[in-house]
Amino acid sequence: MKIKNRIPESRPYRTFQLINYIFMTMVAFLCLVPMINVLSTSLSSSSAAAAGEIKLLPVGFNLYAYKFVASNTAFWHSMWISIERVIIGSIINVVLCIMTAYPLSKSSKEFKGRTIYTWYIFVTMLFGGGLIPGYLIVSWTHLLNTIWALIIPGAVSAWNVILMLNFFRQLPKELQEAACIDGAGQWTILWKVVVPISKPVIATIALFCMVGHWNDWFGGYLFMNSPKNYPLQTYLFSLLSMDPTKMPGIPQNVMNEISKVNGKTLRSAQIFLAAFPILCVYPFLQKYFTKGIVLGSVKG
Amino acid sequence: MDDNNELVIEESLGILQKVRKVRKEHKKYSRNQNGVLHLMMLPAVIILFIYSYVPMFGILMAFEKFDMTKGVIGFFTSKWVGFDNFIRIFNMQGFQQALFNTINIAWWKMVAMFIVPIIVSLLLNEIKNEGYKKGIQTIVYLPHFLSWVILGGILKDVLGLDGIANTTLHALFGLKPIFFLGDPKLFVNVLISSQVWQEFGWSTIIFLAAITSIDPALYEAAIVDGAGRLRQTWHVTLPGMRPIIVLCLVLSIGGILNAGFDQVFNLYSVPVYKTGDIIDTLVYRVGIGGGQYEIATAVGLFKSVVSLALISISYWLAYRFADYQIF
Repeated sequence: MKIKNRIPESRPYRTFQLINYIFMTMVAFLCLVPMINVLSTSLSSSSAAAAGEIKLLPVGFNLYAYKFVASNTAFWHSMWISIERVIIGSIINVVLCIMTAYPLSKSSKEFKGRTIYTWYIFVTMLFGGGLIPGYLIVSWTHLLNTIWALIIPGAVSAWNVILMLNFFRQLPKELQEAACIDGAGQWTILWKVVVPISKPVIATIALFCMVGHWNDWFGGYLFMNSPKNYPLQTYLFSLLSMDPTKMPGIPQNVMNEISKVNGKTLRSAQIFLAAFPILCVYPFLQKYFTKGIVLGSVKG
Repeated sequence: MDDNNELVIEESLGILQKVRKVRKEHKKYSRNQNGVLHLMMLPAVIILFIYSYVPMFGILMAFEKFDMTKGVIGFFTSKWVGFDNFIRIFNMQGFQQALFNTINIAWWKMVAMFIVPIIVSLLLNEIKNEGYKKGIQTIVYLPHFLSWVILGGILKDVLGLDGIANTTLHALFGLKPIFFLGDPKLFVNVLISSQVWQEFGWSTIIFLAAITSIDPALYEAAIVDGAGRLRQTWHVTLPGMRPIIVLCLVLSIGGILNAGFDQVFNLYSVPVYKTGDIIDTLVYRVGIGGGQYEIATAVGLFKSVVSLALISISYWLAYRFADYQIF
């Protein structure tokens, strides 16, 4: 606002601003403290961790926990499964989402049957068969215990389709019409005209899918019979809940010994490593997802 | 004259034929194009049919004594028992408590998640240094991206008896260690505040967008009328946010039976069942842990029906009062 320069801010407002800066900084700091604490714990000596001496900085700095995790093949194996899942799953999610949202973004005049398709997809958002019927279908289609059980059943998300189709609808029609007159078919228009100008919404949905695949633990818990097929989050869940029957990778007697010595630092290291990839990705996509969400959900 | 007439008629017939031909071709072309569009929809239609629509037949399980060995075919061949499963659920030990807990937890989460993001977005809006504002936003979005396995692991460490929360409270106020996750009274508060921790930043995105889309001329007019900052917020900013606030409020109604399975499941323990056990976790233990699959499905159906009714009402309200249409 230009007016701000002409009228000096009142004193109470300046006081408020100062307090506001301090308050918001504290809020942000409080959000971060638990993560910093966990990171510091993972870098501390086991005795300091056990005594609860760690606040924001590591006490008795060492990398022992990370060294131990590095030598734990079960951890890396489950991380690899997670990476595989994120890559394959997100690509399938995004491509299907684009292909489904594009026809639905046409008017019912241009695309007969649009209304029926839209309802067909919308209903799945409102109503589901539930956990056990879902499990039975996955088992019936022979996906159990394979990575596809974590990818195929959730490959089409009604929410994402609706987000994307709302975005597609706001695009200027002229571009598509021009391409149509030049003799381009719908397939070409979609990939050569629509997709290149829809970066914000595609980046947003890609981020949602990646984060969703990376973070899902329940799917792995439900559909994988053997712990060696667990994705990382499921592995971590079984580790944290200390369910002795499902303890993956490490033999029970070894695990008992470790948890006596420095279970806490070890746990913290694995928690941090599981969160790390996300910490690396999301800040760089911030400008896309804030834009994508707003454009997709609020129609002008 | 007759010749001339015939000529005209012939000519017009020719034109008509041409027009028909062109129309036919165009129709054929657009039908082809429609074909491509149908083809694009096909994969999604098939996947949704198999993994969303077929399981809906599984609802039959809720009225049956289900024969697990038959798998999907069992939906249609198992013995019909009517509403027996539902009667069993409502008489099940702990169900009514869990129902109460669910609504209690979901309600307070809804209230907190309604108030906090609005206040935070108003305060964030007053931070004029763009870089600083962006930094704070990045930090407060972070917990949204972490799973409840990770957040639960972090909270168990932080809120444990020798965790940073207790040591800090002890250092500042000399309090005895508090067992946040093991005390039934405190557990609900932990659930609500950790939910706020995870989601408040994320929820501000949409409110901040609403604030930035307010016409600056309105503020200028308010300043000319002698309004201070507080009055500008009250008379310009908040009314500008009203549609989106109403929308968020209305759409959250449908979630009253969702108290957050992931969160509770990763944080609760036997001592806090009294206040923290929700329908989803109870059903998970009894239905899946205990192998009573009909019970789990019946509860799922009960929840779906209630949610469906609430969502329908809330979408209608959103359409009526916020002029919102989902597609």
